[in-house]
Amino acid sequence: MRLRDDEKAMLAGDQGPAVQKAMDLLVRYGEALDAQCLVDTRNVAGTIGGATPFLRQYAEREGGMDAVFSEFNLDSAEVVRIPKVKVSSSHLQQGIDPRHAKRQGIGEDVVRIYETGQAYSSGLGVQPLNTCTPYQVGNVPVKGEHCAWMESSAVIYINSVLGARTNAEGRESTGAAMLTGKIPYWGLHLDENRRGTHLIQLDIDVSTTADWGLLGYWVGEQVQDCIPVIEGVSHQPNLARLKHFGAAAASSGGVEMYHLVGVTPEARTREQAFGASRPSAILRFGEAERCWAYEQVNVTAHDAQVDFVMLGCPHYSLEQIWEVCQLLEGQRLSANTQLWIFTAASIKQLADVAGYTRIIEQAGGHVMTDTCSAIGKVLPKGTRVAAVDSAKQAHYLPAIMGIQAWFGTTAECIQAAIDGRWKGVLI
Amino acid sequence: MSATFTLRGRKVVGGCFEGEALVTHDRISGWGGIDPRSGTVIETRHELKGISFAGKVLVFPGAKGSSGWSSQFHIARLAGVAPGAMLFNEMTAKMGLGAVVVHAPAMTGFTEDPLEWIRTGDWVRVDADAGIVEVTPRPSRSDPPIPQQPNGPQRTPAPS
Repeated sequence: MRLRDDEKAMLAGDQGPAVQKAMDLLVRYGEALDAQCLVDTRNVAGTIGGATPFLRQYAEREGGMDAVFSEFNLDSAEVVRIPKVKVSSSHLQQGIDPRHAKRQGIGEDVVRIYETGQAYSSGLGVQPLNTCTPYQVGNVPVKGEHCAWMESSAVIYINSVLGARTNAEGRESTGAAMLTGKIPYWGLHLDENRRGTHLIQLDIDVSTTADWGLLGYWVGEQVQDCIPVIEGVSHQPNLARLKHFGAAAASSGGVEMYHLVGVTPEARTREQAFGASRPSAILRFGEAERCWAYEQVNVTAHDAQVDFVMLGCPHYSLEQIWEVCQLLEGQRLSANTQLWIFTAASIKQLADVAGYTRIIEQAGGHVMTDTCSAIGKVLPKGTRVAAVDSAKQAHYLPAIMGIQAWFGTTAECIQAAIDGRWKGVLI
Repeated sequence: MSATFTLRGRKVVGGCFEGEALVTHDRISGWGGIDPRSGTVIETRHELKGISFAGKVLVFPGAKGSSGWSSQFHIARLAGVAPGAMLFNEMTAKMGLGAVVVHAPAMTGFTEDPLEWIRTGDWVRVDADAGIVEVTPRPSRSDPPIPQQPNGPQRTPAPS
């Protein structure tokens, strides 16, 4: 890999041992990818927290948060002192909601570790967005902007919907990018790798958020880590629909980029979406494919009694919280069912001001921030059966927590929270 | 025992390792797809669900799912349950970074598809620096691959 003079200087240790370790990792990583060079970035989204059980133990044993950053953000067993970040860096979701720790079954000791980590992160200059959706709370990259983001649902969103450029980075590479402002110039940073590979033609209307989730789940399974081009979009999708679509496609497959002909910025036409290449396959999404996706995301569910309704994967927008309020206002949740809605802290502040939080709490639900059930491994005590409106969460939560999960529309989930029973069907 | 054969590919992470192959045609998720403290696949519909890759030569198409891939395999390495070597076909950012932080020999870009040629239980010697994989098929290779096949006393390492 070719290094420029500033990169060679960092590798030589001119900016201290942490930057040297960061550049060493980027070189090893770039060479593993067979990248030609690095590219400058001023927009990094990663995670440096240490609140998960494994990292808590590691921090205690190895000497605190610099040890965690050295090992888990720089792949360095040697503990180096970590300087302030060099470029604008957003923190992604965390392991707990400190304001709902007791309800999430989190001990005070863990809250203190979380707060220590938060103070450490802020001390480095990392912005505490604490969400899987930085693009909902002010970090909105522009078309062509080179970024270094992790979080698969955010990666696919900013590549596809915003036209920004990032690969699905990891904890280590984003840590190195924070300290250097560099990332391998490879994959989706290059024009030629952003063109479509598969053509997906829609034979049915895809309009609701749940339908976009099912489409995403099927598309991901079909194309894996390739780039689908979807044609025949009959209803203009909004942020929530594209967020759920991308999150699902990134979960069932490894999709990091897609095009919607006539909707997304690099696909004004089918020709633009594919560039000089031709589709390697043409696939059709109809009723049978939609049913397949519905069965797959519901594969773990069989008991109708629902203990827990989890919304906010990816973190809910203010609009989605408002939608829940319209379904929930004046209602009361079943005594046997909990409703937790996850969002970013800054969105919750607006929900508080708007009165949405009060409506949800009066019904018996809770608005939580910073984490989610799958990332934080937090569930109401005794949960056996959950209901979710996210295909991504239906994919992950049963595997991670060993519970059943129903997937359906937001309205079906709210109804399950009120009735304590799942009555969802594919219409 | 069948004759040893050789595959050639590109180094991703250097080093040598030899051990038993664990082959899957399913891509692997890191976060939410494995338990990094036991080195076991947990994904609901995965063909390796419940099976450990610790110390194996893991042969798979590539990585999928969350960008927590690298950190989960990173934890698996620190927990002592990472694969001993990784051979895969599809290079992505999460796969490349994951391979780097596991520190085990890793290769891709094979002239022949390792998923076609290597079966679970085969004895595999990986020399990533030289770009060479030597495979000694396990006995009774006509049998379908058995993911949980125990270590058999008849198996001997390929001559190096």
